[in-house]
Amino acid sequence: MDRLAGILGVGAGVLLAIGLWMGLVQAPPDAVQGDVQRIMYIHVPSILTAYLAFTVVLVASIAYLLRGTRGWDRLAHASAEVGVVFTAITLATGSIWGKPTWGVWWTWDARLTGTAVLFLIYVGYLMLRSVVDDRDRAGRYAAVVGILGFFDIIFTHMAVKWFRTLHQPSSLERGAIDPALYLPLMVNLGAFITLYVYFLLRRVRLGALEEAVEAEVLGG
Amino acid sequence: MAHGGTTGVSLHVRGLSKAFRGTWALRGIDLDLGPGETLVLFGPNGSGKTTLIKILATLLRPTRGTGTLGGADLVREREQVRRRVGLLSHGSYLYEELTPRENLSFAAALHGGQPADGAVTAAIERVGLGAVADERVRTLSSGMQRRVTLARLLLNAADLWLLDEPYTNLDREATKVLEAVLQEHQARGGLAVMATHNFLDGFKQATRLGILARGRLILDEPRESMTFPAFQEVYTVRAEGGGR
Amino acid sequence: MSFLALTGQILRKDLRIEMRSREGVNTLLFFSTLLVFLFRFAIGSSEAQVREAAPGLLWLAFILTGLWGMARTFQIERENDCLEFLRLAPGDLGGLYLGKVVVGCCLMWAAELVILAMFGLFFHLDMLPVIGPLVPVLLLGTVGFVAIGTLFAAITANLKAREVLLPLLLFPLMVPILLAAGRLTDLGLAGDSLWAEPHWLRLLVGFDVVFLVLGYLTFPFVMED
Repeated sequence: MDRLAGILGVGAGVLLAIGLWMGLVQAPPDAVQGDVQRIMYIHVPSILTAYLAFTVVLVASIAYLLRGTRGWDRLAHASAEVGVVFTAITLATGSIWGKPTWGVWWTWDARLTGTAVLFLIYVGYLMLRSVVDDRDRAGRYAAVVGILGFFDIIFTHMAVKWFRTLHQPSSLERGAIDPALYLPLMVNLGAFITLYVYFLLRRVRLGALEEAVEAEVLGG
Repeated sequence: MAHGGTTGVSLHVRGLSKAFRGTWALRGIDLDLGPGETLVLFGPNGSGKTTLIKILATLLRPTRGTGTLGGADLVREREQVRRRVGLLSHGSYLYEELTPRENLSFAAALHGGQPADGAVTAAIERVGLGAVADERVRTLSSGMQRRVTLARLLLNAADLWLLDEPYTNLDREATKVLEAVLQEHQARGGLAVMATHNFLDGFKQATRLGILARGRLILDEPRESMTFPAFQEVYTVRAEGGGR
Repeated sequence: MSFLALTGQILRKDLRIEMRSREGVNTLLFFSTLLVFLFRFAIGSSEAQVREAAPGLLWLAFILTGLWGMARTFQIERENDCLEFLRLAPGDLGGLYLGKVVVGCCLMWAAELVILAMFGLFFHLDMLPVIGPLVPVLLLGTVGFVAIGTLFAAITANLKAREVLLPLLLFPLMVPILLAAGRLTDLGLAGDSLWAEPHWLRLLVGFDVVFLVLGYLTFPFVMED
């Protein structure tokens, strides 16, 4: 497992280096927005990876409730943490993208609001875990929030989409993207997903170590 | 000593242990209790008496160890165990705005279905609260409130009674009722585990004596095996003197 | 015991307690009056400004009151350790959840009526034409709010940080309801039929169904241990 993580880490680094070069240097700048549009190569993969992370949280949460094995709980916790980080990156890059484009750091547009809500939900998830003493109980409570949060995000996205939005339609939804942009985007997406799995493996391992230490302290 | 009761249910516990973040509250508890037996547990505060009782009530899961009540596993068949257990805890579990009758009906329904006609009234009468059966619990004295909880135990017809500090807040009347119904329960073959600080009364009600210290059961003997003064001495030396 | 029977037991018990203690009713009246005064001072002097803000303030009032109501659902069980008692029940705890949800909805609907009346009284708003279109929104939105609120109230009931955690967990999940409610309120106040945008009503119904089911399924896990 450790070796796998190591390989993934290196792989992610390599992919990221290639992808960022392709996106930030090689790809043509946007006709209207100019170079700032390049931030899409970080922003879009980031949110997609976050969605992946929270889907893993959903699955792991259900499994933990049904099976009760600590491994599922560690997976859910780790994935939620990494997911929150990627969501924060999405919000930050979105904000940076927005300033030159719309003139403001923040706006209540549909997609940005939806992402902010996503962030709040899973920050709440992490906060709940931190205040409950008993590890198993914390896992159970968090699992419930993780499950409900996922379904809520589906409804939230529907609802915010029906509102007026000044956000551009998603890069992938738009259909025909200039192939020159498509490849760097995919490479970066691959890089981010690899990075996610790397962080996930490391964080799960850390969680296992924490629990092992606690068990040691308890003694026989 | 078993009274050859009708229920025939017994309690067996092996290696029961419970840890809370960083410390062991219970370690390696072994118990065997047969029909008609009452184990009275003594021990300093924090020795694990309440924890053990809660595990037997299936309110807490043990960290290690197993236990069965009447063959039903404490961890894996909790629902069946719950049907057989009656708990008298620190909290009275009473709703102050409801009357004893309403509280008991609710409790019986929660425990498993509608009580038989008149069963609620019979239980209330048995604990001597017939006159206040329809007054809000808030208006009753704490001794009377305790008697309502005893009526609840009777109504549920549990095989195992778990009594956590049952003598607290009892007036003389309530104490008499407690001991009377406990003895009836023993005679029927019911089991009981009681945790108490009340040495004399606890000693008298016991068929087995137990001492918990720092999470370990350091004594588990039939009551006949020692006199009261001898027991007190054992307790002072072994429980309060560090529990080893 | 069947879960419906348990639902009925909880319903009867809680309603009886509410009727007798009056604590809920009194707090509700006092709280909604207080909110009305606060809003009035915060908004500004012109009547027109108040009218403009009224729909938004209405939802704010519902939510703040709802937060109190949801916390209360399990706070009333804390006295005498009754929550522990409920956990001892053999049988389907999902029924307990549904009972609490029904009680919560009744409490919330009563609260909403009171708040609407207060708003009408103090802000001179002609509530009647407004109430009609609001009713389906209030009915459906409240169910969703209570379905999740009851579950989270159970989770936070025994935590020291519950007063912060309950709103922190609950509010972000309310966004779909708030958006739907806001849009439908706009339609209603403009005199349009709610059926002009039926997808919002469908969203509310779907939301309610999904979260009632999820609540029913996950509640037993919350009550464990």
